[in-house]
Amino acid sequence: MTSAALSAPAKRRLGARSSLRRNRRWALITSYVFLVIFAIFFLIPPYYMIVTAFKSDAEVAHMATNPWIIADGITLDQFRILLTQTDFLTFFKNTVIVTLCVVAITMVVSVLAAFSLGRMKFWGSSVLATGIFLTYLVPDTLLFIPLFQIVKAVGLLNSYWGMVLVYPTLTVPFCTWIMIGYFQSIPKELDEAALIDGASHMQMLTKIFIPVALPGIIAAMIFAFTVSWAAFVYPMAFLYSADQQVLTVGTVTSLIRADVYKWGMLMAGALLAAAPPLVIYAFLMDYYIAGLTAGATKG
Amino acid sequence: MADAVQTWLPGLQISARRSASRGLKQFLRHRSTIAFLMCLPLMIIIAALVIYPAFYSIYLSMLNKAQTRLVGLGNFTFLLSRDVFWMVVQQTAIFALTAVFFKALIGLVTAHLINNLPARGQRKWRGMLLVPWVIPLALSSLAWWWLFDPTHSAFNWIITGLGFHEIPWLSDPYWARFSVILVNVWYGAPFFLIMYLAALKSVPEQLYEAAAIDGANAWQKFRHITLPMMRNIIAITVLFSLIVTFANFDIVQIMTAGGPRNMTHVFATYAFMLGIRSGDLPLGAATSLFMFPILGIAAIFILRGVRKRGREIG
Amino acid sequence: MAEVALRNVVKRFDEVEAVRSINLDIPDNEFVVLVGPSGCGKSTTLRMIAGLEEVTAGDIYIGGEIVNDLPPKDRDIAMVFQNYALYPHMTAFENMSFGLKLRRFPKDEIKRRVDNAARILDIAELLDRKPKALSGGQRQRVAMGRAIVRNPKVFLFDEPLSNLDAKLRVQMRTEIKRVHQMVKTTTVYVTHDQVEAMTLADRVVVMNGGAIEQIASPHDLYHNPKTRFVAGFIGSPAMNFIRCHMEQNGAGLRARISDKISLPVPASLTARYQPHSGKALILGLRPEHLTEPRRSDRDQNCEFDITLDVVEPMGMETMVYFTVDGQEICGRVDPGSAKGPGEVMRLHANMNHMHLIDPQTDAVL
Repeated sequence: MTSAALSAPAKRRLGARSSLRRNRRWALITSYVFLVIFAIFFLIPPYYMIVTAFKSDAEVAHMATNPWIIADGITLDQFRILLTQTDFLTFFKNTVIVTLCVVAITMVVSVLAAFSLGRMKFWGSSVLATGIFLTYLVPDTLLFIPLFQIVKAVGLLNSYWGMVLVYPTLTVPFCTWIMIGYFQSIPKELDEAALIDGASHMQMLTKIFIPVALPGIIAAMIFAFTVSWAAFVYPMAFLYSADQQVLTVGTVTSLIRADVYKWGMLMAGALLAAAPPLVIYAFLMDYYIAGLTAGATKG
Repeated sequence: MADAVQTWLPGLQISARRSASRGLKQFLRHRSTIAFLMCLPLMIIIAALVIYPAFYSIYLSMLNKAQTRLVGLGNFTFLLSRDVFWMVVQQTAIFALTAVFFKALIGLVTAHLINNLPARGQRKWRGMLLVPWVIPLALSSLAWWWLFDPTHSAFNWIITGLGFHEIPWLSDPYWARFSVILVNVWYGAPFFLIMYLAALKSVPEQLYEAAAIDGANAWQKFRHITLPMMRNIIAITVLFSLIVTFANFDIVQIMTAGGPRNMTHVFATYAFMLGIRSGDLPLGAATSLFMFPILGIAAIFILRGVRKRGREIG
Repeated sequence: MAEVALRNVVKRFDEVEAVRSINLDIPDNEFVVLVGPSGCGKSTTLRMIAGLEEVTAGDIYIGGEIVNDLPPKDRDIAMVFQNYALYPHMTAFENMSFGLKLRRFPKDEIKRRVDNAARILDIAELLDRKPKALSGGQRQRVAMGRAIVRNPKVFLFDEPLSNLDAKLRVQMRTEIKRVHQMVKTTTVYVTHDQVEAMTLADRVVVMNGGAIEQIASPHDLYHNPKTRFVAGFIGSPAMNFIRCHMEQNGAGLRARISDKISLPVPASLTARYQPHSGKALILGLRPEHLTEPRRSDRDQNCEFDITLDVVEPMGMETMVYFTVDGQEICGRVDPGSAKGPGEVMRLHANMNHMHLIDPQTDAVL
């Protein structure tokens, strides 16, 4: 064995290894470059929302300056006007009331139903579970016209209590569906052990299933919250006076007066209105994502 | 001992049987009663607020504007005879198909890009790229509208700065169509990203290792392992997104309200204009009902996919 | 403290009969193990005793009362599951006390009982941990503790050691035995592991295909199996089943297993097997009774030469495999005397431990 014979393959191996590493580095750099491009695309509107909300009216209206930055200094004027001279706080309060009620109703209804469908089974329960999933696929834009008549018939037209009535159709089916998945993933022996320990069905639910499936419950709650906070079709169709309006519709309609768009104030309103879901998302991202993906993977 | 057991048993048998009379059966019957009662609120909500309105909608669509008499299929034939309606059909199809295609594409690409990153950084990027999905669509549509504003468009500021002509984002019908699709892609792509990322993570690492040993390159790995393993979830997500996009309302309503010249109307906004704005509820109901067959077919395929996936996982 | 009795108990799932008319009497304080291959109905039987499955027909008695229709909580039983079934959100203490709390026991009584059980199981310092922070063996102890604190009439164990690794399984086996000696409660224990069955049980119930094959003490089961199934199921490696022909040889009998080899039936068994002379039967012989010729019980007539196929050294003994008439046979020899594969070795059959099986009925004669 000469040293040359040894070093040739060794060199080649060394070369291969470093080219492998180089390839990986390049793949990584390419990934980052494209991700930055996509991130810019995805984050432009929220960024522009923030920039506009902290500008003065004069700067917003000025057409020559760079609109992407705040040149004249940050001001909270837009927020001050929004909170003092408009109905924004009423919208906010209405939205909070509606959302809290809807989340509460949704969780009670869907946890009970999911426990029953996922664990106890009764005649026709599997058909019902499938039906629930199909219900989830019925979009709100298919139902808002007949619901208009129904909401009118029960006297809740132009009342945010009408929203408390109809929003659960958006939240309950999906929440039930993902809770069925979570409950079914709990081992069967756990409720048998509880049965032998002497728990009633209600105790089994409250003392075993709800605590064990807590991540699922949180994911479902976040979903219900996000959906009822962001709902747009129903309030657009059923609410028309400012004192009953919710944030989404209120921000895009009532704040626009005549032909003068107060964009600074509008963006301040949009920012504040989008803040609660964003804050929840920032703190509970994993639950949020779990809820999002559970629909297709569970059950 | 065993003999003793046998001797004292027969005497007890009758009295014991009576005392415990059908307790377990009662318990079981009781159990399914409770199960039924637990489901009752859900069933009431679905029956009263989904199934009943769905059927009521069919009845409603057969009334005249004042809802005083039945006109049969009159509303439907009226719609079919209108050019605007056919434009809505066309625009909805273009809107939904184009938007879903690009959402799926961008979702797939970004999911792969994130999956390529070292594990530590993935969370941060995923969190950032999901933001469009988290902002209520009505509010982000408002922001986009402002970005497209005819006189102050921040995009046009860049474009003219680069020496090009201003783009009439929302005032030209074709640009308006482009704009609403763009916003829909922006909003929906993160959903695909998350679904695909979850699916990518569920592909066992050993498969890729086995493929690498078999000599597969990156594209072959994607083609022969990733795609087949994700096929089902891709199908579910695409169909689901198709339903949601098809029935979308917020973006078009806020940015163009159907204009210019009704060129951007989709079913939902057109039904809203006819039913709520013009007060012809039956005609609006008829318009939304046209969505039903398409959504129904998509729903059936989704259900099949979900069941199949459930079986694969369980 | 109670007796358990099953009378003609049947369980049908739709069309499948999982348990077919079982009769079983378990006296007070006895440790009974139900053993059999998977799908033999042992777990279903246990679950019927627990009340987790309904009885299709027949009666189950606990402490002299028919409990067929009682829900599990009213049967005064406690159960330990294969996957422990500990409540993941509760500490060990809360897990153990949950049943007592639901039954509204006073706090100090609960504490007393849990502490007592924790002492027996040696888990006193783990009581405030959650299941996630416990090892497999510790979880199993907590699960047993949950059963003990209830002080039930009957303990039910459903394959409690199957999720543990081999070493821990042996350790926990001893632990279960020790606990049973301390708390003295009627126990029904289900396992597919015959070693577990043999080491733990006062009596073993061997089940197969939904029916009971034999109920006997471990010793009896090993030495006097009643059916071919039991003979083959108990003991490891399994008993050899060798086709043979019973031949009259003057006053004695010989079992001919091939042209070259025929083994004499010992005089003590001749009378018992005499009626089967001239029949084609199956000779059952455990590997441990097929050894190298040893000085003590040597009988020249029982020796024969064979060519080894496979040799498996196990340390303290060596398994040798060879073929007679197309049937693989296993012997268990001293490592020092074992030959290599392909070599000829002289083996000795201890015919005092022979079994004869009727191939038609599978009954041990």
